[in-house]
Amino acid sequence: MPVLGDDDRRVAEAIIARYPAGRERSAVMPLLYLVQSVEGRVTQDGLREVADLLGLRTAEVEAVASFYTMLRLRPTGTHVISVCTNLSCALRGANDVFEAAHRATGVEPGEETSSDGAFTIHEEECLGACDAAPVVQIDFANHDRVTPERVGELVEALRAGEVPEPSRGTAPRDFRHASRVLAGAEEPA
Amino acid sequence: MSDASTPRIVTANWGNPDVFGIDGYMAAGGYEALRAALAMTPADLIDLVKASGLRGRGGAGFPTGVKWSFVPQDTGKPTFVVANFDESEPGTFSNREIVEREPHRFLEGMAIASYAVQSHLAFVYCRGEFLWPGEILEAAIRDAYTKGVFGESSMGSGYALEVVLHRGAGAYICGEETALLSSLEGYRGQPRLRPPFPAVEGLYASPTLINNVETLTNVPSIVTNGSAWFAAIGTEKSPGTKIFSVSGKVERPGNYELPMGTPLRTVLEAAGGVPGGAALKAWTPGGSSTPMLTAEHVDVGLDFESVAAAGSLLGTGAIIVMDESDCIVEAARRLVQFYAHESCGKCTPCREGTWWGSRVLGRIEQGYGREEDLPLLDDLGRNILFKAFCALADGAVSPIESSLKHFRAEYEAHIAERRCPFTGKGPGVQAEPDLSEVPA
Repeated sequence: MPVLGDDDRRVAEAIIARYPAGRERSAVMPLLYLVQSVEGRVTQDGLREVADLLGLRTAEVEAVASFYTMLRLRPTGTHVISVCTNLSCALRGANDVFEAAHRATGVEPGEETSSDGAFTIHEEECLGACDAAPVVQIDFANHDRVTPERVGELVEALRAGEVPEPSRGTAPRDFRHASRVLAGAEEPA
Repeated sequence: MSDASTPRIVTANWGNPDVFGIDGYMAAGGYEALRAALAMTPADLIDLVKASGLRGRGGAGFPTGVKWSFVPQDTGKPTFVVANFDESEPGTFSNREIVEREPHRFLEGMAIASYAVQSHLAFVYCRGEFLWPGEILEAAIRDAYTKGVFGESSMGSGYALEVVLHRGAGAYICGEETALLSSLEGYRGQPRLRPPFPAVEGLYASPTLINNVETLTNVPSIVTNGSAWFAAIGTEKSPGTKIFSVSGKVERPGNYELPMGTPLRTVLEAAGGVPGGAALKAWTPGGSSTPMLTAEHVDVGLDFESVAAAGSLLGTGAIIVMDESDCIVEAARRLVQFYAHESCGKCTPCREGTWWGSRVLGRIEQGYGREEDLPLLDDLGRNILFKAFCALADGAVSPIESSLKHFRAEYEAHIAERRCPFTGKGPGVQAEPDLSEVPA
């Protein structure tokens, strides 16, 4: 069973066509986002399919995928919660938010994904929004000035099937949807 | 934002939400600078930007017009432009707000730069975590095509320009321009040997101009108002304004556009000062990779030369403020942990040095430091600095060396008291050290 269906195959062709002829390899990252949007992470099948699309070896594609933190080779929750703990956020209480995110999601300290598969927590390096520290992203949508209590509320909303309103812009439904946006497969507003 | 009497270039329209979309931007005179630029010869345009004295805002401060002039026109290969929107230097958030407020001013600057170097294909390398800013740019690029700004004949001039958004996927190193090119070509984002420089052999081994978003966003105003107007703002060697991203212990964290050379004291006042009347302790002038300065340096002018004379770097103008209640050892540890995480692994001094550095700093912070750890950290810094392929490793040395230089007594107190004097955490001098608890 291929990872990409017929519609996504056409999306993949459009992604490859963004780059100059003969430079198709440049499409490897958006194509990895595309397979991630189908499977919720990048699997061996996904790597193989991207390799086939670009005429590369699977190992070459895996070498790229394994370099970037947003391309997830390991099991990943429905939602990815990124908590910045870098200095600007740490000075404003990010470490407490990071701990509260673990308590709320049930992700054990030192682990990254909850046993129910609902949440992955990523200790994030600077998210470039230090004016709003501490910053949390849910499926890469920003939440500003998050307190430990607020991160608990956000997690409860996600458990209830809601998409919490981000501080700016629109939020993807979940990590798969975010990956689809990142692939450039969604029409912008 | 700065008060009305100070000149504003990049943020001039931030109070006007209408300029977010292309119609409002064009109604406010947007893309007229591009039209004017297209009526000039590329050589005249490059001379104009050279004469303005604009320098790169991404950290290095290289003169922008000179960089443009390095792109050869006689190679027979296509020329590419890449806008570096991989903003990830800790403490830096100016590019993100530029795109969130007025994306077309940036795109206009990029189009002018593309024409100047006679490129017909420009890429925006957008940081992966910037999900929404990336969507803004996708829509803005689409709208610019619709209006004939991009496409086969930009503004009806006959000059063709295609623009493609490329998203990163979570790697600080891709802000380094050669690593960015590797990433854009579909490889691991690892830096390359220079020379050849990207101007000559960049993307796809072709001539390539890479500029930071804030740099490009300055360009339309220079075309509109002239180089003398721009050069009269700021200092002689660092003309223009800079967006200072102020974060940490200030009343109103945010982006403040002020003339180059503005002293830290004024920037701090604009941001409302340190909360609760606490004393300023330390600050970075340009993000985590620039050596920390102290309260003694509040009158240092924030321009490339003055900050360098004070022993640091202007970098991206990202000012992270720490007050008297903040532990410097923990701050340094956190920043070095960042470099350990972001090291691409290519060079041993960086890959191993950043990791060991964060561990040594961690054990000092937790009360398990040894007297010999301080000379060890000094030695570590000497063995990393200038010994790796790119500047990421040097960036990791900045927090170590500068914190030891200005706050050595605080390190010594951690070691002597066997605890952090700020948090009180650690075994303390009363307890026998339990070596099984030494942090991993």
